[in-house]
Amino acid sequence: MHPLLLRVQHTFSVGVTNASEWRGDVSVTVTRDKLREVAQFLHDDPGMDFDYIVHVSSVDWPDDEERFEVVWEFYSIRKRQRIRLKTRVPESDCVVDSLTDLWRGADFMEREVYDMMGIRFRNHPDLRRILMPDDYTEGYPLRKDFPLRGKGWRDTFDFLDEVPR
Amino acid sequence: MAFEDQRTTVYKVNPEHPESETLPTLRTEELLLNMGPQHPSTHGVLKVILELEGERLVKSTPVMGYLHRGVEKLAEDGTYHQFIPHTDRLDYVCAMYNNFAYCRAVEKLLNLQVPERAEYLRTIVAEVQRIIGHQFWLSAQALDIGAMTVFFYCFRDREILLDWFDELCGARLTTSWYRIGGVERDLTPALIDKLKQFLDYFPPKIDEYQVFLEKNRIWLGRTKGVAVISAEDAVSFGLSGPVLRGSGVDYDLRKYEPYSAYPKCEFSVPVGKNGDTYDRYWIRVMELYESVKIIRQCLEQMQEGPIMADAPSVTLPPKERVFTNLEAMIQQFKLFSQGFDAPPGEIYCGTEAHKGELGFHIVSTGGGKPYRLKIRAPSFIHMGAFDHMARGYMISDACTIFGTYDIVMGECDR
Repeated sequence: MHPLLLRVQHTFSVGVTNASEWRGDVSVTVTRDKLREVAQFLHDDPGMDFDYIVHVSSVDWPDDEERFEVVWEFYSIRKRQRIRLKTRVPESDCVVDSLTDLWRGADFMEREVYDMMGIRFRNHPDLRRILMPDDYTEGYPLRKDFPLRGKGWRDTFDFLDEVPR
Repeated sequence: MAFEDQRTTVYKVNPEHPESETLPTLRTEELLLNMGPQHPSTHGVLKVILELEGERLVKSTPVMGYLHRGVEKLAEDGTYHQFIPHTDRLDYVCAMYNNFAYCRAVEKLLNLQVPERAEYLRTIVAEVQRIIGHQFWLSAQALDIGAMTVFFYCFRDREILLDWFDELCGARLTTSWYRIGGVERDLTPALIDKLKQFLDYFPPKIDEYQVFLEKNRIWLGRTKGVAVISAEDAVSFGLSGPVLRGSGVDYDLRKYEPYSAYPKCEFSVPVGKNGDTYDRYWIRVMELYESVKIIRQCLEQMQEGPIMADAPSVTLPPKERVFTNLEAMIQQFKLFSQGFDAPPGEIYCGTEAHKGELGFHIVSTGGGKPYRLKIRAPSFIHMGAFDHMARGYMISDACTIFGTYDIVMGECDR
């Protein structure tokens, strides 16, 4: 097993639900209540030293009990190593802790996840839609139950009659 | 008066002391200014709400999404091959590098080895694209802050390379030349000759660009000490590419997570010191020289060989065979209509595009389509630091900051 994974598992005996390595990518899944603690550890611990946030992503698994998965990817500039941190969120209580105070770049990235998937971030300084319009009410476009063609907003447009000259 | 504007009354001198011209009696208030969505220096459609105190920026709020086309959603609906042309439209100035980043990500998912000649071809074309990108950036940035001549010189040389692309793949901007497992077609001897000619022609031209700027007082005044970001902040914001290296952080994926033919080439990564716009300019100009070096070495080292991986279940058959051979045609049809069977799993693959780290995070559940595809777009992440970098500078510096990010809205909004 990868030394990073061993270290995380050793430090957090409860809370880490999965730790795996595939195609060279190291990935840790933690429970939602431990997320903040693990992130703090990844950021502050000198052996981890993940000071650089790569991206925040989200995956929708509609058939699962805990429907959404939030994915963070971190890099360490000094140690030259990568890790992926994941957590699961149920649809009924769609909130995770924001990591904006640890990595300032998480601000826009988490806003995008909120905009696209509807996952809320607790303690985020400015949680608004970012790519879709502020008054967009049709839901969250990257959810699997959102049709590719949209929800038919365009079909409701009135056709303008040809204006007689 | 019907059209009396509050702002016209603000700066009147206190009537009780008509002779006094001291400031404390003046009423001041913050001014909100909408910059964009249609503004020539925003490089696309981007709005920034600027809160001003006098001419100083107090706070800026980027409003994005005008060019949002739902590329990530579209990716879930098409096969892996079908997504390649979509990547052209992300950063439409530098389509080749987007293709490259995407193909690398899918190859990582499939664990597919690309033949050596293809790796060299990929590196050559990627570096040509980097030159085009930096030329475009230099011309746009200089134009934004008032130096027009550089624009024409850069575009003159950029045109040569765009014609070269045209000859290589039939398109100047939306190229789609990279394929999963290799490249679409080989360089012809004529193309190699033209490229070699360009490599001899180009380095003196880089010096020429610098002549216009290096000792230009306006350029220096508007770039030196403007939009400074410390190394610590740049890392915390997740900036990448020249914007991060300008602050003195040595982070280049070509060096530290080497891919393609980069480990076989010798090149240096220029790193700045002050984290200001001038350092970022200097880095990009130095990278032009480095790109020329890399292309030269690749052309020397490149050997004959296949340009597509030997994996018929994944890679597309060559076009000549598709038109003459029934099996090849069926294979092509199946690959495009159903796709190949990707293994279930999850990968992230970052590539050093000329703007920064362009990454693809792909989740696969098997089958021919990605279950989820997330694009890590450097322009989007750089916009997150806009407020921090603009604070305290003048309104006119907002244009400088757009320029120094090398922002392209197609990539930012996806």
